[in-house]
Amino acid sequence: MAVTGPDNSALVGYVLSLGDDSLVAAQRLAEWIAASPQLEEDVAVGNIALDLLGQARSLLTYAGSLEDPPRTEDDLAYFRDERDFRSVHLVERANGDFGVTMARLLFLSSYHYELYARLQRSADETLAAIAAKAVKEVDYHRDHATMWVLRLGDGTELSHARMQAAVDAEWPYVEELFGNEHLDPALVESGVAVDPAELRGPWREYVAGVLAEATLTLPDVPPAVTGGRRGVHDEQMGYLLAEMQHLARSHPGATW
Amino acid sequence: MYGNDFTAPDEGSREPAEDRLAEFERLLETEGRVEPRDVMPDGYRKTLIRQIAQHAHSEIIGMQPEGNWISRAPSLRRKAILMAKVQDEAGHGLYLYAAAETLGADRGELLDMLHSGRQKYSSIFNYPTLTWADMGAIGWLVDGAAIVNQVPLCRCSYGPYARAMVRVCKEESFHQRQGFEILHTLSHGTEAQKAMAQDAVDRWWWPSLMMFGPTDDASPNSAQSMAWGIKRFSNDELRQRFVDMTVPQAEVLGLTLPDPDLRWNEERGSYDFGEIDFTELFEVIKGNGPCNKQRLAHRVRAHEDGAWVREAADAYAAKQARRTSEVA
Ligand SMILES: [Fe+2]
Ligand SMILES: [Fe+2]
Repeated sequence: MAVTGPDNSALVGYVLSLGDDSLVAAQRLAEWIAASPQLEEDVAVGNIALDLLGQARSLLTYAGSLEDPPRTEDDLAYFRDERDFRSVHLVERANGDFGVTMARLLFLSSYHYELYARLQRSADETLAAIAAKAVKEVDYHRDHATMWVLRLGDGTELSHARMQAAVDAEWPYVEELFGNEHLDPALVESGVAVDPAELRGPWREYVAGVLAEATLTLPDVPPAVTGGRRGVHDEQMGYLLAEMQHLARSHPGATW
Repeated sequence: MYGNDFTAPDEGSREPAEDRLAEFERLLETEGRVEPRDVMPDGYRKTLIRQIAQHAHSEIIGMQPEGNWISRAPSLRRKAILMAKVQDEAGHGLYLYAAAETLGADRGELLDMLHSGRQKYSSIFNYPTLTWADMGAIGWLVDGAAIVNQVPLCRCSYGPYARAMVRVCKEESFHQRQGFEILHTLSHGTEAQKAMAQDAVDRWWWPSLMMFGPTDDASPNSAQSMAWGIKRFSNDELRQRFVDMTVPQAEVLGLTLPDPDLRWNEERGSYDFGEIDFTELFEVIKGNGPCNKQRLAHRVRAHEDGAWVREAADAYAAKQARRTSEVA
């Protein structure tokens, strides 16, 4: 790996941004287990959350292994403070109704699909292997979200209105996925990282197709001001982390 | 109750003619399997529907006490294992509702009966999960007791129920091992972790013993269920089997079971244990347990909040069907 000399911080930051998106998305999605509209969906949402958690674990483990001294996945998940997390606002805000969750999942999984389809050819072998496994998983996530957006968008009058409202509310948080200011251009040039800006076009093509088929209107709203990649999060992120980290932090050094 | 039903069966209404029941009797005698299309007594069908539904309800209500710790699991590995476990329980619910539907029941109607309190679920899930160690104690003791109840059901006379139980039991034994492993890690960890493990076992031991139902002399339905090949062993036999299996495991864990009368009885080749105070169990069954209202309210809320989603799915499916037929 050409880009990772003695200073790995650019690569570590990139891998953390990928891992944190998945970790935080899994944490939010898991809130639906035992609370979803039907039993089949408890199983499906559980599957997706498990996939995302699995991806997060591989990515955090890898990021931690590049550090000196190395850190474990749990060090990174449980003992980093909010400002050190690199996740986007799309995944971290508190859940709304099921339509909101499916809008987010459609947006996230379509982005993940384009991302991992390219990252499986990364010059970094570990990232390539993680991506090759993940792309199959997020393909299923995208199918699942697509099915629900179609059903809700083209279902009843009420579901159509709710699904449109969900798409409108989440749309401003999409642009942050394609930001690349946090990324060292050298990582892209050396073929290690995928430039997120490159994903915007194919992402939009897929999502616009789904929304049209679902009889939904493509929103025309400006992006929200965000800063997840710099560790500037939504206020709800603090509560998510407080809940997730509390037990581990109450017993520093303990094994579970 | 979680594979061990002990409420009164409804009286049968329309019995098939006696000669048509001869085949059913023959199946029972030869330990054959009754299948959905076979003739069966109305009481048999009703008893099974109620027991399977109650079992299914227990699986899905049981997702709540453990789901309660997914967001707080203390390591990512434990979080993944717990998520997968709760998801398994949803799967168990699905198999069991499907088994009940082979008897002519409807999942939606069974859920309505759960939501309105006309059908019950296992009382064990009306206790709160207060610490992480409860994830260990539930896996080890509650899944452990469920296995003891359910393994004989794999030979239940009703085919679809028996086959569902084979799948369920395989997964429950994973859960039991995972629970044991959580407690083992805690009891070999820090002082605080060990205390957490002991506290959880103290709280879950007696409710787990009560999962087998009242003592045999106070269990009026068992005879009929035994004759029908739905039940194979009495409540007390199963409870004893559970105690005998669990005590040596507690020793490996280095944890104490909260019963001063617990001791090996050489003559019986079994452990003697103290008298169970069923007053609490009956209070919990009546609805006065620590979490009864909360568990049911959560279930009803999820169902009601999801109504618009299910309606949309139905409406979309109907539109799609119309589109397909228009094209054709
Ligand atoms: Fe289960
Ligand atoms: Fe289980």
